[in-house]
Amino acid sequence: MSLLTVENLVVDYGHIHALLGINFHVDEGEIITLIGSNGAGKTTALMSISGMVKKTEGKITFLGQDITVMKPHNIARMGISHVPEGRKIFPELTVDENLKVGTIANPRYEKQRSLEARDRVYTLFPRLKERLNQGGGTLSGGEQQMLAIGRGLMMEPKLLILDEPSLGLAPNIVENIFELITRIRKDGITILLVEQNASMALSVADRGYVLETGKISLEGSGESLLVNEEVRRAYLGA
Amino acid sequence: MTQTLKAWFSDLPKAVRILIFGLGAVIILLIPRFLTSSYIMGIICRILLYITLAGSLNVINGYTGQFSIGHAGFFAVGCYTTAILSSNYAWDFWFTLPIAGILTAIIGLLVALPTFRMTGIYLSIVTLGFSEIIRLIALNWTGLTGGPLGIKGIPAPQFLGMNIRRAGDYYYIFLLFAVLFLLVTNRVLKSRIGRAWISIREDQQAAQSLGVELVKYKAMNFAYGAFWAGLAGAIYAPYINYVDSNTFTLDEGFNILSMAIIGGMGTLGGPVLGSFVVNILNELLRPVSAYRLVVYGLLIVVMMWIRPQGIIGASDSMLADDRTGADLLERLGLKKRRTA
Repeated sequence: MSLLTVENLVVDYGHIHALLGINFHVDEGEIITLIGSNGAGKTTALMSISGMVKKTEGKITFLGQDITVMKPHNIARMGISHVPEGRKIFPELTVDENLKVGTIANPRYEKQRSLEARDRVYTLFPRLKERLNQGGGTLSGGEQQMLAIGRGLMMEPKLLILDEPSLGLAPNIVENIFELITRIRKDGITILLVEQNASMALSVADRGYVLETGKISLEGSGESLLVNEEVRRAYLGA
Repeated sequence: MTQTLKAWFSDLPKAVRILIFGLGAVIILLIPRFLTSSYIMGIICRILLYITLAGSLNVINGYTGQFSIGHAGFFAVGCYTTAILSSNYAWDFWFTLPIAGILTAIIGLLVALPTFRMTGIYLSIVTLGFSEIIRLIALNWTGLTGGPLGIKGIPAPQFLGMNIRRAGDYYYIFLLFAVLFLLVTNRVLKSRIGRAWISIREDQQAAQSLGVELVKYKAMNFAYGAFWAGLAGAIYAPYINYVDSNTFTLDEGFNILSMAIIGGMGTLGGPVLGSFVVNILNELLRPVSAYRLVVYGLLIVVMMWIRPQGIIGASDSMLADDRTGADLLERLGLKKRRTA
């Protein structure tokens, strides 16, 4: 059974149709990527999963439960952690405090447990540990992205949704982030990744979906999409 | 300079630091013994009262980033509750206190209801309207509130059989509640609830995606701020001995707001300093009282211009704190800051 299934999802923003009925599924332990150009509906797809936008039609199931009309905080409580586009860390809070906010949706919250979760995040991102009392807003772009991911991990999610983690980062940092993503998967967390950096995303993904103006135009394994003529022309600049 | 002073202070042995604070506490407790002028004590009482009032407004405006300007309304509810219960129904002051706090918190929740879908200026206008509604109810519900005549002769509270009458006595009640407010709020801000409030201020959407239930936490925030304003009002009623609706005009709301802004919103110390500055200015400007509001207006404009974070808010401030409600005891150097 799939961890997450999205069936015939339609989302409208007033007169604008953002998603025109998309279907995809995420299995446990996978890294799945949605790629596509600007305005294809990638972020909208993620926001509808975490309950941040209203759905016109369709059904979203997580762990066998219908979450289509569930409120965002309840969805988070079920184990879906959404790391939003543009990082959106809390600039006035310190690194440590940013992580603390991340425990709010953890239904199994205990002090000891959250300290362990924090330690895991600091092992994953040693850079954050060096800056633990520094304000979130004073971190570099890459560090902020690490903080945003770390904060998302604090609720011990089953599914981690990452929206454009490479946005605005230097190429070597992007590589760094993607390496960390594969390490997070090794800890047993399923990952749904949205990227404009298609080559990077497809190289770590098990499967990928290509989103084009609100519709899924292609799907397949990461490698097969990476060599697909159409994908290469449209998204990989080859 | 202030940095070295701070460093020098936190390098002192703990016993010495505690001694210094102990001495400070003794001096604060003995103030009414030294200062017998009821005029000066009156000013000090006002300062302490407004520490709680501006502080509780700051919990709403400074920590959750909502912009309420109707704090005079909450103040009024607490004040009238105690006034009515103790003069009309002969309740003991100490029993009216929790009732006033809880009732105001409930009203805070009611005000919060329509504001969940609103932010920014729209929310501000709702709170402003609410404040006026409370005042107009107080003015017109003659049977309950005495209408334009107000409520006179509110009985003085008793403590261990003594009547609390003079400003020097009220000083201790105001002081107790100001200190209680700061300590409790410090704890709350450090808890997960406080972090949730701050996360809403910093980024609503990110907070939401992390599972912060906006409606619930905003409602709690309003209720918490209102609760303390209600308590402040409850103490103010017997102190001033006479309440009428003129005390709770919008001017009063802006007065409270200006203290929070001038001191520095989003810091625990800001409203404390703001209360000192504004109340003392209030007295200094008495000879030119016609121009007093003009001076405040100018002061707020200038503050917004050169120091929008308030006197304490900026990181280079002498009393700088990190705007996150970091532990009060840590900041006073009585507790070590946790590292790693």
